[in-house]
Amino acid sequence: MSWGLAIVNFVFWVGIGHAGTLISAILFLFRQKWRTSINRFAEAMTIFAVMCALVFPTIHVGRVWLLYWALPIPNQMGMWPNFKSPLLWDVFAVSTYFTVSLLFWFTGLIPDLATLRDRAKSKVAYWAYGIASLGWRGANRHWQNYEKAYLILAGLSAPLVLSVHTIVSFDFAVSVIPGWHTTIFPPYFVAGAIFSGFAMVITLAVPARKIFKLEDFITVRHIENMNKIILTTGMMVGYAYAMEFFIAWYSASEYESYTFVNRAFGPYAWAYWIMVSCNVITPQLFWSKKIRTNMTWSFILSIFVNIGMWFERFVITMSLHRDFLPSAWDYYTPTMWDFGCFIGTFGLFFTLFLLFLKFLPSIAIAEVKGVMPQADPHWEGYGQHGDHGHEAQPAHATADKGGHHG
Amino acid sequence: MAENRIWGLVARFENPATLLHAATGLRDAGYKRYEVWSPFPVHGMDNAMGLKRSIVPWIVLGGGLTGMVGALLLQWWTGAVDYPVMIGGKPFFAFEFATPVTFELSVLLSAFGAVFGMIALNKLPQPFHPLDNIAMFRRVTDDGFFISIEVRDPNFSLVRSRELLESLGGLNVTVVEEGEA
Repeated sequence: MSWGLAIVNFVFWVGIGHAGTLISAILFLFRQKWRTSINRFAEAMTIFAVMCALVFPTIHVGRVWLLYWALPIPNQMGMWPNFKSPLLWDVFAVSTYFTVSLLFWFTGLIPDLATLRDRAKSKVAYWAYGIASLGWRGANRHWQNYEKAYLILAGLSAPLVLSVHTIVSFDFAVSVIPGWHTTIFPPYFVAGAIFSGFAMVITLAVPARKIFKLEDFITVRHIENMNKIILTTGMMVGYAYAMEFFIAWYSASEYESYTFVNRAFGPYAWAYWIMVSCNVITPQLFWSKKIRTNMTWSFILSIFVNIGMWFERFVITMSLHRDFLPSAWDYYTPTMWDFGCFIGTFGLFFTLFLLFLKFLPSIAIAEVKGVMPQADPHWEGYGQHGDHGHEAQPAHATADKGGHHG
Repeated sequence: MAENRIWGLVARFENPATLLHAATGLRDAGYKRYEVWSPFPVHGMDNAMGLKRSIVPWIVLGGGLTGMVGALLLQWWTGAVDYPVMIGGKPFFAFEFATPVTFELSVLLSAFGAVFGMIALNKLPQPFHPLDNIAMFRRVTDDGFFISIEVRDPNFSLVRSRELLESLGGLNVTVVEEGEA
């Protein structure tokens, strides 16, 4: 078998990243103000997940020092990358995704880094945050360009995030392997990516809000909303599983039919049924409001989704174990090195995530201020009723402190 | 160091409502070189100050078109002109297979346009600003709302501009000096 755990883990991590962009870009465009307390967090998760994902193709090329061959850099051989290959599309898709996510995250961080600069207690922190904030001081002429740039980045990220997993799915769908060569792959991969990404946000958010006492910011409502998205996308994924079977039968292609019967009842049936149980069956518990507003349940079910979505990619990749030529049939068992690399990426992911929680604001400070009712100049507490009168402000109108949610 | 040239005046405001009101007042009084400072963007402030629309979208458009044209030229020239290789009987160049990379590079260069365009238009990074000399101004990234008027404004007058700021609800009106204190 030509592909194994490397591609499984790559797709798994790229998929996890998608929720971050979805929260930061798509929910921003839909003006879902509740997103402001989880977007920073989720965007960080995106960036770190994509970094973990990139570990696998880097190792998988075999000669890491020649990785730059994937980029169109003039070289002494006069050769260029093959732009007809979906694997090369993936190089562009994932590296663009990483770069744009990083820029989006950094843009959002600029005003908050300035806040940290102005509250810094040590000289080192003052300089470090000062340089990173680019000298942001909140001038309205700056805010004007900033808000426009942020809106455009959100607008760019929304189609970008959909394109990334679409192109990842092309790695499979453009081949002629039975079980891979299907048009359902792009939407099916995107739905799965959102599903797994939101599960990872829950996995991270539930302990973080408890440990850092962020319950007033990341509220039960946030967790519940995300659980609803998990329930919805989980059913989309379940629908895709069913539709794959239907098309395999309806296509009357014996190779297609065999692949799917073999998935559910062949040597890898155990993996298939873990996938179905974790992705389709257990998320149904989120129909109950009690369960989707319960932190322990949310955490446990999110772990199930993480496991299920890893197995989804495993099941898809394992289609390779029996394709056209029976002489090429095999049973693939990952080695300890395969698992070691995978476990190692969790180490990378959590190290980066904990460093982020330690040194950067995990909640978008300026954005949360901006969505508070007191941030609106026409807020009734200011007693001006829109006519910009000259009367003195009522004493309680100092909007600057307190009042988490209006 | 401390040159005693005056840069302008700064006043603190109680909340976004008074800030918006004062910005309108300064615009109506004919001031041009004044700036409003706040911890978050205040809704309606661009109109209150009479600012023109941001040109960031045009920079983004330029970036996007550059990315699109560049990606198409790259794929056509490398694959069909400089080193054509026959792979699986496919054409040396076709828009179909060129679409994913073209899309990605258009998005990438648009994003560069948005972020670096915003940074350039805002003249960032800006390590020093005369307002950094004013202790209360540190609250601008926390809960402080400020308006500054520069000496360069033709309407500027130490006495009358101060009176105007105070009449518009400005507190702690302070003279700002140029150069690091």
